[in-house]
Amino acid sequence: MSFNNLDTLYRQVIMDHYKNPRNRGKLEGDHITVELNNPTCGDRIDLQLKINDGVVEDAKFEGEGCSISLSSASMMTQVIIGKKVEDALKISQMFSDMMLGEEVDTNDYNLEELGDIQALQGVSKFPARIKCATLAWKAMEQGVEKDNE
Amino acid sequence: MLNETVRKQFPILDQEVNEHSLVYLDSAATSQKPQSVIDALNEYYQRYNSNVHRGVHTLGTRATEGYEGAREKVKSFINANSIKEVIFMRGTTTAINTVAHSYGREKLSEGDEIVLTKMEHHSNIIPWQQVAKVTGATLKYLPLQEDGTISLDDVRELVTSKTKIVAMGHVSNVLGTINPIKEVAKIAHENGAVIVVDGAQSVPHMSVDVQELDVDFYAFSAHKMCGPTGIGVLYGKQHLLENMEPVEFGGEMIDFVNLYDSTWKELPWKFEGGTPIIAGAIGLGAAIDFLNDVGMEAIEEHEQELANYALEQMEQIDGITIFGPRERAGLVTFNLNDVHPHDTATALDSLGIAVRAGHHCAQPLMKELQVTATARASFYLYNSKKDVDQLVEGLRKTKEYFGDVF
Repeated sequence: MSFNNLDTLYRQVIMDHYKNPRNRGKLEGDHITVELNNPTCGDRIDLQLKINDGVVEDAKFEGEGCSISLSSASMMTQVIIGKKVEDALKISQMFSDMMLGEEVDTNDYNLEELGDIQALQGVSKFPARIKCATLAWKAMEQGVEKDNE
Repeated sequence: MLNETVRKQFPILDQEVNEHSLVYLDSAATSQKPQSVIDALNEYYQRYNSNVHRGVHTLGTRATEGYEGAREKVKSFINANSIKEVIFMRGTTTAINTVAHSYGREKLSEGDEIVLTKMEHHSNIIPWQQVAKVTGATLKYLPLQEDGTISLDDVRELVTSKTKIVAMGHVSNVLGTINPIKEVAKIAHENGAVIVVDGAQSVPHMSVDVQELDVDFYAFSAHKMCGPTGIGVLYGKQHLLENMEPVEFGGEMIDFVNLYDSTWKELPWKFEGGTPIIAGAIGLGAAIDFLNDVGMEAIEEHEQELANYALEQMEQIDGITIFGPRERAGLVTFNLNDVHPHDTATALDSLGIAVRAGHHCAQPLMKELQVTATARASFYLYNSKKDVDQLVEGLRKTKEYFGDVF
């Protein structure tokens, strides 16, 4: 009895984000808040965004969930802070493609820009866990939409 | 304990998943199907598929015999008084919703109370919330004791002359608690209330006698008792069902249809609008034959032994939290400290072990237990102590793995 592909899912860097989440907490001052659930499993994220002149100035999150959903939230906030909203959405689209197992051309991006999210690539091999990984990104997309209203 | 010949009748169990022999421990979600049930469904579709109750032709007669024959089997299986009390529905959820709609909304009004427990599945909470919203009735919840059971003293206190409905699961799908339905039914009746029982987790695993329990309504699903998905049963006492209106109107359920008014068929058909779940009923009938052949008492005993063994073995794992009482049905809900249950379930799956992780459609109970999710291993007649050993070894490995990566 041995774990076969488990390491493709649980990379060291994912565990690091799970154990030491970046940008976990509450934003002060004016900001947008989005709360999203994954109703089938009980994961919950509370994402706060500060957007000014089309730029994500700050982002923080709180919530409960598994290692995949929380590490993805941590990585996501890291990636989008300081980015233009349109660039954040572009990366979100790329992440979604990556989760669907589609070929993603990372040459289109500055690798530094993508931060740690490439470590989540293995999730696409575990269909039951894709929704865990995309929860925070969906929250971000909804937050941006809220800002446009 | 039941022997290997029972397991061998379930073809699905003989396969590898993620390069390990499948260990299926998710029967509380849905059970696997024996060859005889699969054959019965095949035979229906290959030899006598036809609509029921109307065709003059031979296939129609055979299909009707199969469908109504299944009703007779259900009647005997739960010891209903008459086939009029056995209504085929899509499953437990539809059955409870039908009672909520056709009894709850019609008979309740402001000031009336509905008593539930805090361990209910969502399908035995939300229908009553909706009844309360429409009628102005109030929901009251029986508290959980430390060990995950309810106390009859609390039932006596909470159930009063204001109570019109007591709704309760026979067996909790999370805690495995077996509720004292007979005693609760007595208290409900003394106060003029009816009792509605969610039997989804009991009928597959123990012998249930609705007359002995003296329940008013009792709901269960075929797919958790070796039968197909898409069919379940609402049992109701005849005098109550007689005074209830159908929820679905259309073909099959009518007596006479005029331009401005219609009349209904007699029980049980007035509640079965549309072409019924013919194949499903025939599959359920085959499942009941199978369970009777093995014997419900033998099944209950087998699961009891597995549950006890699993508890003994799992308690020895460092940092495990097990929920629910010592005396329980055949399931164990647990969490490994510091490992989220989804991660536990993914790790076990990579060893070919299927368990459930999540809130188990019992969010209020999760809140009560102060967790957001749990993992659950649930047993059935085809599981063995070897399966439990695999689970325990898998859990130790999972702990090691996540201990290492942390």
